[in-house]
Amino acid sequence: MITSFGWQEALFLVGSVRWTILLTLIAFLGGGILGGAIALLRLAQHATVRRLAIVYIQVLQSIPVLMVLFLSYYGLSLAGFDLPPLLAASLSLGVYVSAYLAEIWRGSIEAVPFQQWEASASLALTRAQQYRYVIIPQALRLSLPPTVGFLVQLVKNTSIVSVVGFVELSRAGQLVNNATFQPFKIFGVVALVYFLICFPLSRLSRRLERVLNVGRPH
Amino acid sequence: MSVVLIENVHKSFGAVEVLKGVSLTVERGQVVALIGRSGSGKSTLLRCMNGLEPFQSGRIEVAGHTVDHDDRHLRELRKDVGIVFQGYNLFPHLTVAQNIMLSPRLTKGMKTAEAKALAERVLAQVGLAEKFDAYPDNLSGGQQQRVAIARSLAMQPILMLFDEVTSALDPELTGEVLAVMEQLARDGMTMVLVTHEMNFARKVADLTVFMHQGKVWESGPSQAVLSEPKTPELKSFVGVDLK
Repeated sequence: MITSFGWQEALFLVGSVRWTILLTLIAFLGGGILGGAIALLRLAQHATVRRLAIVYIQVLQSIPVLMVLFLSYYGLSLAGFDLPPLLAASLSLGVYVSAYLAEIWRGSIEAVPFQQWEASASLALTRAQQYRYVIIPQALRLSLPPTVGFLVQLVKNTSIVSVVGFVELSRAGQLVNNATFQPFKIFGVVALVYFLICFPLSRLSRRLERVLNVGRPH
Repeated sequence: MSVVLIENVHKSFGAVEVLKGVSLTVERGQVVALIGRSGSGKSTLLRCMNGLEPFQSGRIEVAGHTVDHDDRHLRELRKDVGIVFQGYNLFPHLTVAQNIMLSPRLTKGMKTAEAKALAERVLAQVGLAEKFDAYPDNLSGGQQQRVAIARSLAMQPILMLFDEVTSALDPELTGEVLAVMEQLARDGMTMVLVTHEMNFARKVADLTVFMHQGKVWESGPSQAVLSEPKTPELKSFVGVDLK
C-alpha cells in the first residue's frame, strides 16, 4: 500500500535520528577509549608492542567497515554469539573508530616538539608523568580539530549499519520510501537532517583550528 | 669531592664518533666553560652528563650518581642535576609557577603551599617575581630563559648544566641571562656551561675547556687558556692570530 509522506512519516524519520546520534556517541566513546590505548601502544618503547599496534591499525584501515560489520553480525551469530543489531553495530563502528583515532592521536602526540620530552625527562619525571602532565595536554589541543573532523565522518558512516536491519536515520528513510515511494522528498529530508548535524560540527572543527592557533611554533 | 668525573668517554652517532675519549673533572663550586666549534662535541658531552645522550664506553659520575641506561637511576640523578637548554623548553600550557612547581610536586612529593613558596623564592632569585602567573608565550626570550633557570633551581640541584643558553637571544637579553648566571656562580653553584660568550667564560668560569674533534684539546684556568692559547686550533678559534 502506498501512503503519502505526512506528519507521521516525518516524525518517524526525525525520531530515528536519536539512533544515529546514540550509535555515533557509543562508537565514538568506545572507539575513543580503545583508540587512545592503541595510540599509546603505537608509541611504546617496546618494539613488539609497537608492531602489534601498527598491525591492528593497518588491518582495520585496509578493510571496509562493512566487512567488520558483517563479521560481527553474521559471523559471530554463526559461531553461536547472537548479537543484537545495536551491539553488533556499536562494536563494529567502535573498532573502526579506534583504528582511525589511534592514528590521529599518535600524530598529535608526535607533533609535540621532542624538546618537551627532553625538558620533562631532565626534571626527573617518569614516562607516565611526562604523558600525563606535559605531552598529552599539548597533544590534546593539536588533536581537537582533526578529531571533530573525524566525528563528522562517523555521523555519516553510521548509515552503513542499516544493512543489518538496524533502524537509524538512513534505514528509516528507506522504510518510509518503501511505503510512500517519494524518494526525492524523503531522501532529501534524510540528507537535510544529516547536513544539520554535520555542518555545525565541520564549522566547529574549523573554528577550533583557528582558536587553538594550531601550527603556531613554540 | 668531585661533582663531575668523566673518564675516557666515547660516543658515536651511527658511524660518526663525536666523543673520542674525553676525560674531565669538575670540583664542587667550580664553574667550567666548554668552548669549541660547532660539531666539536661540547654539547654532546654536556648532554651525556645527565643521561640525555647515551654513550658507548667510558665512565661518567655526576653528583654521586653513575650515569647508565637505567631510567630509575637517571631519574635519581636528574633530581640533583639541572639543565637549561638553548630553546628554553618551557611547558607552554602551564603558567610560570606551574612550570616551576611541577617537578618538585611530582618527584619530591612537595605540598602545594611549600611548592608555591619555593616558586616565589626561585623566581625572585632570577628577578621575575611578578611573572608568577604569566604564560611562557607572554614573556620575552630572556625572561623565558630566566624562568627555565628558576625551574631548574627549584630542584635544588648540586650541579647545573647550561647548553648554549644565550645563543637564541639578542645582546640585551643575553646580558640579563648572563647576569643571573653570574650571580649563581657567586652563590657557589657548581656549573658546566657550553658557551660562545668568551668574555663570560673569561670573567666567570674557573676553568675553560676547549674541545676540538671530539677531544679535550686544551684546558686550564680560563684567563690562561683564553689569553695565551697554546695550540694553533685554539689560537685560531679565539682569534689571537688576527691581532
